[in-house]
Amino acid sequence: MRGNNVVGILFANIHEELVHELTEKRTIGSIPYGGRYRLIDFPLSNMVNSGINKVGVITKGNYQSLMDHLGSGKAWDLSRKREGLFLLPPFDGVHGVYSDVNNRMDSLSAISRFLKNSREDYVLLSDCDSICNIDYKDVISFHLDHNADITILYRYGKVPPKSNDTSVYTIDPDGRVLDLLVNPNQEGECNYGMNKMLIRRELLMNMVNDCVSRNMYDFKRHLLQRNIKNYRVYAYEFKGFLNVVDSMNAYFEANMALMQPTVRNELFTPERPIYTKVRDDLPARYGLNSSVENSLVADGCVVDGEVENSILFRGVKIAKGAKVSNCVIMQDTVIGENCRLNYVITDKDVQIHNDRSLMGFQSYPVFIAKGSVV
Amino acid sequence: MLPKQEVVAMLLAGGQGSRLGVLTKGIAKPAVPYGGKYRIIDFPLSNCVNSGIETVGVLTQYQPLVLNDYIGNGQPWDLDSNDAGVHVLSPYQRSSKVQDWYKGTANAIYQNINFIERYNPDYVVILSGDHIYKMDYSKMVAFHKEKKADCTIAEIEVPLAEASRFGILNCNEDGSIYQFDEKPKVPKSNKASMGIYVFTWSKLRKYLEADEANPKSSNDFGKDVLPAMLNAGERMFAYQFEGYWKDVGTIESLWESNMDLLDPNVPLDLSEDSWKIYCRNPGMPPHYIGKGAKVQNSLVAEGCNVYGEIDFAVLFSGVYIAPGAVVRDSIIMPGSRIEEGAVVQYAIVSENSVVSKDCVVGARPEDVEDKDGWGVAVVGDNCVLAPGTVVPPKAMIDAASLAAAN
Repeated sequence: MRGNNVVGILFANIHEELVHELTEKRTIGSIPYGGRYRLIDFPLSNMVNSGINKVGVITKGNYQSLMDHLGSGKAWDLSRKREGLFLLPPFDGVHGVYSDVNNRMDSLSAISRFLKNSREDYVLLSDCDSICNIDYKDVISFHLDHNADITILYRYGKVPPKSNDTSVYTIDPDGRVLDLLVNPNQEGECNYGMNKMLIRRELLMNMVNDCVSRNMYDFKRHLLQRNIKNYRVYAYEFKGFLNVVDSMNAYFEANMALMQPTVRNELFTPERPIYTKVRDDLPARYGLNSSVENSLVADGCVVDGEVENSILFRGVKIAKGAKVSNCVIMQDTVIGENCRLNYVITDKDVQIHNDRSLMGFQSYPVFIAKGSVV
Repeated sequence: MLPKQEVVAMLLAGGQGSRLGVLTKGIAKPAVPYGGKYRIIDFPLSNCVNSGIETVGVLTQYQPLVLNDYIGNGQPWDLDSNDAGVHVLSPYQRSSKVQDWYKGTANAIYQNINFIERYNPDYVVILSGDHIYKMDYSKMVAFHKEKKADCTIAEIEVPLAEASRFGILNCNEDGSIYQFDEKPKVPKSNKASMGIYVFTWSKLRKYLEADEANPKSSNDFGKDVLPAMLNAGERMFAYQFEGYWKDVGTIESLWESNMDLLDPNVPLDLSEDSWKIYCRNPGMPPHYIGKGAKVQNSLVAEGCNVYGEIDFAVLFSGVYIAPGAVVRDSIIMPGSRIEEGAVVQYAIVSENSVVSKDCVVGARPEDVEDKDGWGVAVVGDNCVLAPGTVVPPKAMIDAASLAAAN
């Protein structure tokens, strides 16, 4: 049964400066990932699979690719009369425009009408830069069981190294948050936030309104930290697979992690599928003398060369004699004959002419921008 | 009253397809999987949409559950439109006294005259759901208009030696048909009917009603309606189609047509952007080719995990090929598993089956002594073969016969 009294809010741009190469012409939510997905597919599918019927996607700039990808929301079953998908681009209304992409407070204040008009009692907030398959139903029950005002999601482990937006929580054995530190100098393992939280809708609106009226625009410090003792703030631990895309390196590793069957099985479990826009390509075609090992290959690829430890997105062509190792090759890239590629990330629609050699290193993959011709 | 549609397509999808044996035991022929991710019906449906035909009636009768489910609201083909779109038309009880199955192809259309009339069309295109081809029906309709024809039949030139397997159209120089020759022993031409007709609706309606009134008629287009029109001197033309076209009504032709996708010399390109073949997508992650796998000359769909060796294989979504398993010249349909040490050659393994450890399914023709007894081996859906089972060439097994044997 669908419908669970929760409205989802996704921030499609937050943290995009961390992977500026990939977000030059798109939002962080629309970064291609895993051969056929975009990052937003994960938080969005998670919400839908948990019974959330209404999702607002907050975006500020560069959102053409995002709109193209989401369309009417059909692929996520969110194209519907009752509720569905709502794109929330900047809006020059009472509250002005979103002045800062990364400012959650500003964005939330600007969509106050959307929040006010929602019927659901709870709001689930999430960024788009973490890759996981999570059942929010458990989070919702946790929230209700603990009679919480706010439930934040966290993990125990090392903080993602490049993150500039870390929250570290001190939690009592019952799960109640005692303290929150924002961007501390944290060595070793700790409880760090996943930038996902569940909160009562009325409470969120009041808190945002309160902060904005005091000219306080820092979501974590002003809304959360300042109020941690005033409200019942609880923390829910997520123990599954999580990858946070906070650098090009992390992006590369997040793709490579998919070579492990355990990771694939967890992320792409049939009980909670990850939906994405459909392209209607022919299945991948392998030619005479092609050789492929330890690779993930999407529909529409044509492989006549050699591929190892790589991810080929939809519609990639690898010509005869080419050798592609340890690469992430995005949609419709064409790699010519006898090319040698090692540790390379090519963005969409890249053309590599015959006999080219491109070599990066594991800790520093070479990046070729969208539409480039080499 | 619905907005007028100039052309309405009627897709005959009710046949059992008995020559496909266990593959059509539980599903209608048009729902049989093809080409790694498609079902046969995706071809006529996609052709309709790509040709600008927005109204399609699909006539179902035999085992319609999977087919109905698959077509759904027609969204994968863009056929979920407000006033037109795809409609599944099953036989129905017309009155307390009249309750018929579709007696023949012509009767199936006759029973749905009301459906067609809602759109007040000028032309009706009759299609069948057992061919693999890409065709622009709008060009055929334009030809029909240009010739001021009452009926236009699509034809394709086949090798004269094979012509006696087809319905042959004998034509005058202007393209008008003067004779139908059903499977002639001595064919006079090599123009084979493709089973695709364009009719001027007002004419067709008249002949359908006359045909229904004739108690001796078998209510079939090829046997009754078309000859009646020809005898009455209606304007009937042959429209020549060039390109890939294959009837996939038998195990051999279905197997061959899948293998054609692996042959770069066969003119069937399903990756053309301007003429996509749409289908209901399984929504699985990209497929994974493991360490030590050998993959060549194959078509592999999403969600597969390949650790063994495949050569000239068509793998549908979610197929698992274990390390040490070998699949050659074969088709493995969605969700099936080929376990360690199993060898599958010249075979079709249907959906959700398990070919366990060390099984041998099918054989290469060159390895068989009895050449006449050789053929493609078929494992039906939801079969679990015991380890070491041998399925000889041309054999056909299904879950029921497996259960009976145990």
